[in-house]
Amino acid sequence: MRSASSRVLSSTLLWPLLVLLGLLVVNVAANPGFIEVRVQDGRLFGSLVDIVRNGAPVLLIALGMTLVIATRGIDLSVGAVAAIGGAVACVHMVSAPDESALGTAIVACGLALATCVALGLWNGFLVSVLGIQPIIATLVLLVAGRGLAMLVTDGQITTVNNESFRTIGVGFVLGLPVAALVAWAVFALTALLVRRTALGMLVEAVGINPEASRLAGVRAVTIRWTVYVFSGFCAGLAGLMIAANTSAADANNAGLWIELDAILAVVIGGTSLAGGRFSLAGTFVGALLITTLAATIPNIGIPSETNYLFKAVVVIVVCLLQSPKARAVLRRRRTASATPAPPEGPPAGDPAPAGESSAPTLAKAGTR
Amino acid sequence: MLKKTMSAAAALAVGSLALTACGGTSSGADDASGGGGDDTITMGFAQVGAESGWRTANTQSIQDSAEEAGIELVFSDAQQKQENQIKAIRSYIQQDVDVIAFSPVVETGWDAVLLEAKRAGIPVILTDRAVDSEDDSLYETFLGSDFVLEGERAGEWLVENAEESDVDGDGDVNVVQLEGTTGAAPAIDRAEGFADTIASDDSIEVTASQTGDFTRDGGKRVMESFLNSEDGIDVVYAHNDDMGLGAIEAIEAAGMTPGEDIKIITVDAVKDGMQALVDGKINYIVECNPLLGPQLMELAEQVVAGEEVEPRVVTEETTFTQDEAAEVIDERQY
Repeated sequence: MRSASSRVLSSTLLWPLLVLLGLLVVNVAANPGFIEVRVQDGRLFGSLVDIVRNGAPVLLIALGMTLVIATRGIDLSVGAVAAIGGAVACVHMVSAPDESALGTAIVACGLALATCVALGLWNGFLVSVLGIQPIIATLVLLVAGRGLAMLVTDGQITTVNNESFRTIGVGFVLGLPVAALVAWAVFALTALLVRRTALGMLVEAVGINPEASRLAGVRAVTIRWTVYVFSGFCAGLAGLMIAANTSAADANNAGLWIELDAILAVVIGGTSLAGGRFSLAGTFVGALLITTLAATIPNIGIPSETNYLFKAVVVIVVCLLQSPKARAVLRRRRTASATPAPPEGPPAGDPAPAGESSAPTLAKAGTR
Repeated sequence: MLKKTMSAAAALAVGSLALTACGGTSSGADDASGGGGDDTITMGFAQVGAESGWRTANTQSIQDSAEEAGIELVFSDAQQKQENQIKAIRSYIQQDVDVIAFSPVVETGWDAVLLEAKRAGIPVILTDRAVDSEDDSLYETFLGSDFVLEGERAGEWLVENAEESDVDGDGDVNVVQLEGTTGAAPAIDRAEGFADTIASDDSIEVTASQTGDFTRDGGKRVMESFLNSEDGIDVVYAHNDDMGLGAIEAIEAAGMTPGEDIKIITVDAVKDGMQALVDGKINYIVECNPLLGPQLMELAEQVVAGEEVEPRVVTEETTFTQDEAAEVIDERQY
């Protein structure tokens, strides 16, 4: 019934991808060297490499956030949890007898991840067992978490001297940044797990109607609990990367506002905050878009005073482009004016109804 | 029913947790109402946060010297948010402390709350950062560094060493600037003092400038971007050590030697920064002295006793070259 082009056009991924492409074009126009990637000391070097490397923490956190949001939840604590993870790791290394040993780094990372998983357990417990609204339950750690991190670091920026630990943030393997490789690996494993098994479907079912899914035999409590634990784990890993990036744990600023970036990445990727439907590929593109946007600001020389505004404008454009209603209006106007060559080249007046992107999901969910 | 009560109780717990963490007006002593009655001076201090090593040294100095001077300190940490500071100051007014001191997070927007303090008859001392207000009767004095002077000192060193700083030898000294938090007094003033001073030398030019939010991570990211987008960077001027340290990481990752291939000037002189200066990775640091606790307590005693104080008290500060840093690094307290 629908042509291939209309399917491409109605894909929620199309617009974020186009905006991403647009951002890259703007960057290259402002500075042709932006796209250059050269080999330096046996590894890749350039703005694009910086983007994938600096984007790794956001990508990881957005990954955890996607699953949480799919269960109709939200995890606001990820930034604070990341700060705690970094703090625990750095403080352990500094107080260890051999600060720069590989073993110390491994133990430190293990401790940090265990702490973050425990914090995820706490969040999950509040949400799934006690039934507290996710936004409130995770607000506890959003607010208290940085205090905990400061308690761990004693309010100081803890600088560590451990080359193995640094690798997580700034290392390169086969010329590629380790941070990005780790994030991608976790991403791929998760994608395999949720899409090749029934897990993804169960997560969606819980998101659509927790009570109905429970009655249908889905262990809703366990699933909701698990996604918060996973989100805590992702946040911890991201926190290690952030700390390793500057070899220092900064309880105040590590991962500050990263929860907002992650939520934005998830939403830009087409996952609905109402729960039930999620797109991991969308989150990937969304995270890439957010990081590219952050890199664009210094690259094209937007003054500090207006960089938030610039960020907001791009985000609102993406959201408008994705909104079924706004797209319907656009399409109608295009048909009405009957321009000789529509810029995107889709058949004008294509009868794809507005709001259809959400309709099939419900139908799909109904059949499950 | 039980479930409802339980979630209500949990929500309450959440609420109170959030309150204690946000307000953060933790009083050291049992007697939080303080003030007035006895001879002990109660000081309410609203700190910016603990965003850098400099700030923690500053906090430490204030807490230690308050104890030494026998002043009861009610301390709060605003976590870099103006609204938290305003809340803290309002609670100090309610507690009727003898004197309020604070380091404003940003320059503007203080008139209303300072007027409340004035009406309540509580003198206010600004420390470290100034406010931008027409009405200077709102506070007794401003104790702190002269950020414009710091910027000028950084600029003076660059003008004097312009020739060596022209690393690529093209006759132009291209400077990239890592700014502090947008709108913060040190960021504005350090940029201004620097710009005014380097204007005397036509070969020196700031080619790019972006905020790194006073953090290492911010400094690193902005520098990474500048290294790709700017040609022939000779000098980095960072508004604090932490951003300079981040820039060092970015420069090293790009396969260059910080301090040689790109000269680095920073402000603050915290421990990690001084170490980098001794190691030759930073070329020049303008000191911004955080140890203003003793001076603050002295001023507080004078103000509470009703004595006239100077409206502007500048902290004593110096500058460090690499050689000078090597001599003093062992005796630095922070």
